[in-house]
Amino acid sequence: MSEKMIDSTSIMPQYAVMDQANLPENKIDSKIPEGPVAEKWTNYKAHQKLVNPANKRNLDIIVVGTGLAGASAASTLGEMGFNVLNFCIQDSPRRAHSIAAQGGINAAKNYQNDGDSVYRLFYDTVKGGDFRSREANVYRLAEVSNNIIDQCVQQGVPFAREYGGTLANRSFGGAQVSRTFYAKGQTGQQLLLGAYSSLNRQIDKGTVKSFNRREMLDLVIIDGRARGIIVRNLINGKIERYAAHAVVLATGGYGRTFFLSTNAMGCNGSAAVQVFKKGAYLSNICFTQIHPTCIPRHGEDQSKLTLMSESLRNDGRIWVPKKKEDAEAIRAGKKKPTDIPDEDRDFYLERRYPAFGNLCPRDIASRAAKERCDAGYGVGTGNAVYLDFKYAIQRLGEDAVRDRYGNLFEMYEMISDDNPYKTPMMIFPASHYTMGGIWVDYELQTSIKGLFAIGECNFSDHGANRLGASALMQGLADGYFVLPYTMQNYLSDQIKVPRFSTDAPEFEKAEADVRARIDRLMNIKGTKSPDQIHKKLGNYVWDLVGMGRTLDSLVEALKHIDEVRKEFYSDLRIVGSADDLNTELEKALRLEDFLVMAKMMAIDALHRNESCGAHFREEYQTEDGEAKRNDKDYMYVSCWKYAGDDEKPILLKEPLKYEAIEVQTRNYKS
Amino acid sequence: MEKTISVNLKVWRQRGPKEKGGFKTYRVENVSTGSSFLEMLDMLNQQLVDRGEEPVVFDNDCREGICGMCSLYINGHPHGPVQGITTCQLHMRKFRDNETITIEPWRSAAFPVIRDLMVNRNAFDQIQQAGGYVSFNTGSAPDANATPISKEIADEAMDSATCIGCGACVAACKNGSAMLFVSAKVSQFALLPQGQVERARRARAMVKKMDELGFGNCTNTGACASECPKNISLSNIARLNREFLKAKFKD
Repeated sequence: MSEKMIDSTSIMPQYAVMDQANLPENKIDSKIPEGPVAEKWTNYKAHQKLVNPANKRNLDIIVVGTGLAGASAASTLGEMGFNVLNFCIQDSPRRAHSIAAQGGINAAKNYQNDGDSVYRLFYDTVKGGDFRSREANVYRLAEVSNNIIDQCVQQGVPFAREYGGTLANRSFGGAQVSRTFYAKGQTGQQLLLGAYSSLNRQIDKGTVKSFNRREMLDLVIIDGRARGIIVRNLINGKIERYAAHAVVLATGGYGRTFFLSTNAMGCNGSAAVQVFKKGAYLSNICFTQIHPTCIPRHGEDQSKLTLMSESLRNDGRIWVPKKKEDAEAIRAGKKKPTDIPDEDRDFYLERRYPAFGNLCPRDIASRAAKERCDAGYGVGTGNAVYLDFKYAIQRLGEDAVRDRYGNLFEMYEMISDDNPYKTPMMIFPASHYTMGGIWVDYELQTSIKGLFAIGECNFSDHGANRLGASALMQGLADGYFVLPYTMQNYLSDQIKVPRFSTDAPEFEKAEADVRARIDRLMNIKGTKSPDQIHKKLGNYVWDLVGMGRTLDSLVEALKHIDEVRKEFYSDLRIVGSADDLNTELEKALRLEDFLVMAKMMAIDALHRNESCGAHFREEYQTEDGEAKRNDKDYMYVSCWKYAGDDEKPILLKEPLKYEAIEVQTRNYKS
Repeated sequence: MEKTISVNLKVWRQRGPKEKGGFKTYRVENVSTGSSFLEMLDMLNQQLVDRGEEPVVFDNDCREGICGMCSLYINGHPHGPVQGITTCQLHMRKFRDNETITIEPWRSAAFPVIRDLMVNRNAFDQIQQAGGYVSFNTGSAPDANATPISKEIADEAMDSATCIGCGACVAACKNGSAMLFVSAKVSQFALLPQGQVERARRARAMVKKMDELGFGNCTNTGACASECPKNISLSNIARLNREFLKAKFKD
C-alpha cells in the first residue's frame, strides 16, 4: 500500500486540519520562555509574577487527586499559604494509584559517578519519547529531578542504601547509567506516603482541607475561567459544589480504557473528558504505554493485570524457545521451560538490541514480545514469554536475588502459583500508563484559563513513550517544584477577585447538567452491567488500538466503539438508586467517559501516519521491524478540540522544535 | 492448568452504620482456581446485578496488595486464612470445592460500617495528621547524601514503613487497638535521622489522638502482627512504648 493511499485524511476528511486552526482563539501558545534550554526555567522563575503571603490566604485552589502529583501540589501550595481543597475518590489520600509503582524514581544525581548529568537525563527522556515531547518541559524535569530526591529523603522516605550509608541506585530501561533510586519494589508507596505525610501536616495546620470518597463530575467555568467543580459524594450520592480561584487536575491516566490493565480498579479518564468537553485540548491520546513485564491473563473473569517491575530486567533474561516445536510442546504441557537447553533459547532482546539488551525501552520490549508470540513462539497460553532468573542466581546467588526482588517474586508466586527461583516467570505486555492526556503549556495550564493539569493526566513530558522510573519523577516534579511556581504567575492578578459563591448561576447549571446526565443513565434500564460493556470495549481497544495498529484496524475500531456506545446508551442497567452509595453508577459514569477516550485514541492513532514510540502503525516500519517515524509531517503535538458529542473533534497542532538535541532515529542496537 | 470450583458464601449485608445487618447466603459456581478472591466476588455481583439486586459493596482498588483498600474478614481472619497477604492477593486455589466461606467487614468501634463490607477508616488518617510527618517546607531539604544512614537502619525503617494502613491489625485485635499501625509510623521516623527533632512530640501526639478516637488498649496478644498482610513486627510496639515513655519523662 502506498503512503498516499493510506493517508487518513483522504479516507476520513472530517479529521483533517480545519480552517478553525487559523482562528485566533485556536492559536496554540505553549509559553516556552526565551533563551537556551538550560536557562529557561531559571529565567522563568526570576521573572514570573508572585503572590505575597497576605494575599495567598485569600486565594482558594482546588486540587483533584492525591497521587504523587496531587498530594505534592496540595501540600506545597498549602505550605505556601494558599487555601487548598483536595479531593480523592478513595477512602484516604494515601491510596491513590501512585502507591502501586514498584521500581523506582530517576534523578540526575550522578551519585554512581557513571557519567550522568541533567543533560543526559534530559536527552535519554527525549530520545526515549521518540522525539515527540516538548524539549523545554523535559529539560526542566531533569533539572528539578535532584531536588525531588533531597525532598523525599528529608520526609523520611527509606530509600535503599549502600553499606557506607549513601543512597543506592539501579538501572532502568532506556539508560546506560544507574540513576534510579528505589525502596525495595515499593518505591511508589514510599514516595506517596512521603507526600501524604507532608499533606497531613498541612491538613493538621488547616491550610489543606481533605475531601475523601468524592468524584469530580464537572468543571465550573465563570467568565471563561475555571472556578470550581461539581462532585458526587460516593458515600451518600449527594451532588456537591466547590468553588475556588483555580482548579488543578491530578487525576491520572486513562489506561483502563482497555478494561484490563495494571491500573487500579478506580483509575479513570473522566476528569480529562469533562474538561475536554469544556474546551481543554486532549493531546497525543494514541500514545498509550503497554508495559512489557506483566503477569499474563488467566481467563475471562480476570479483573486486572499485575505488573512485574521493570527493575527485574536488570537481572532477568527474557527468552522464548528457538524451535517452534519446543514452544508447542510447552504450550501443550509436554515440556517445561527448564527442559530447554540454553542453546535452544532465543534471547530475542539481546539478539535484536545488543547495546541495551533486556533493558531496552518498554515500547520496544513489548513489541518484540508480541512479534515472537504472533510468530508462534509464545509460551503459556501462547501469549507469554519467559523472564528467567536462573542466570542471575548462578551469578549472584539466590540470597542476593531475594534481597533485590524478594517481594516481587512472592507476589508472582501468589498469583501464578509458580516459584520463580525454580522456574522462569511468564510475562506478557499489558496497558500500564498513558503518555497522552490533557494539553498544557509550559506553566502546566490547560487551554482553559485557571485550569491546570499535572502528573499522568497531562501530556507533557514523555512524548510517545515513557521511560521506566520517570512517572514518579514527573508527578513529583510537577507537584513540588513546577506548579507551585507557575500557578502564581496566573494567580497574581486574581488577588482582588473575591471568593466565589456556589450559588452562582454557572454552578446551578453545571449541577443541573450533572443530574441530567445521571438521570439519563439511570433511566436506560437495559440488561447489561457497566462491567459487561466495559469488557467488550476493552477487547476491541486492545485488539485494534493496542500494540500494533493499522489503518484498517483503526477504522474498524471506530466502528466497534460506536456500536458499543450505542449499546451503552440503549442497554445499560444500573441497579440501585442515584441518591445513595452506588458502585454500579460510579462504574457507568466512568465507562461513559472511557467510550470517549477510546474514540479519541483511535482518531488520534488514525491521523498519525507514522510509527513513533508506543504508537506502532504497522504500515510504517523499517525492514527489520522498527518504528518508522515521519518527522517531516508529524513532528507536532496533536491537540484535539471538542466540537460536540456527535461532531468530529478539531485537530490543532503544536509544532515541536528541538534546539538542544539533534533529532535522530532511535537506536538501541549499538 | 487451573480447574474450577463452586463455593457457598455467607456474606454480611448492612445498609448503613446505624442499621441492623445480617448474613445472606449465596452460591457462586465455576470459579477458576486461578481467579482472585475479589474476582470471585465480582462474579457474585454480576449474578446479583443480573437479578436486579444491589451488589455487595466492598472496598478495593489496586488489586495487587499495596493500596490497603481491601478489607475483608474471611473465615475469621482479616484478609483470609493465608498469612502475609491482602484480600486482593488471596486466590481461589486456597479454597475447596463446595466450601462455605464467611465474609464479614472489619469489626471495630473505630471503623463504623458504611455499607455491607465497606468501613470508615478515617481515624487512621486523623492519627497520621496528628504527627506522622517531618516538619519542613518543600525545597528546604539538604542534599540527599548529606546524612549517611546505615543500610541496616534504612532497611529497618523500610520494614516499618511498609505498613499499608489497611486496618487488619485493629480488626484482628480483641481490644480494637491501633498500636501496630501507630507504632510502625512512629518507628520509621524514630529510626531515621530526619525524624529526631520531633521524635518526642510525634509519639505523644499520635498516641493521644489514637486514644481520643476510641481505639482499645494493647494487651500484647500479638494477633495484630500475626494477621498483618505486610508482616509488620511486634517490635514496633515495643519501640512505641519506649518512645512514649521517654516523651513522658521529658514533660
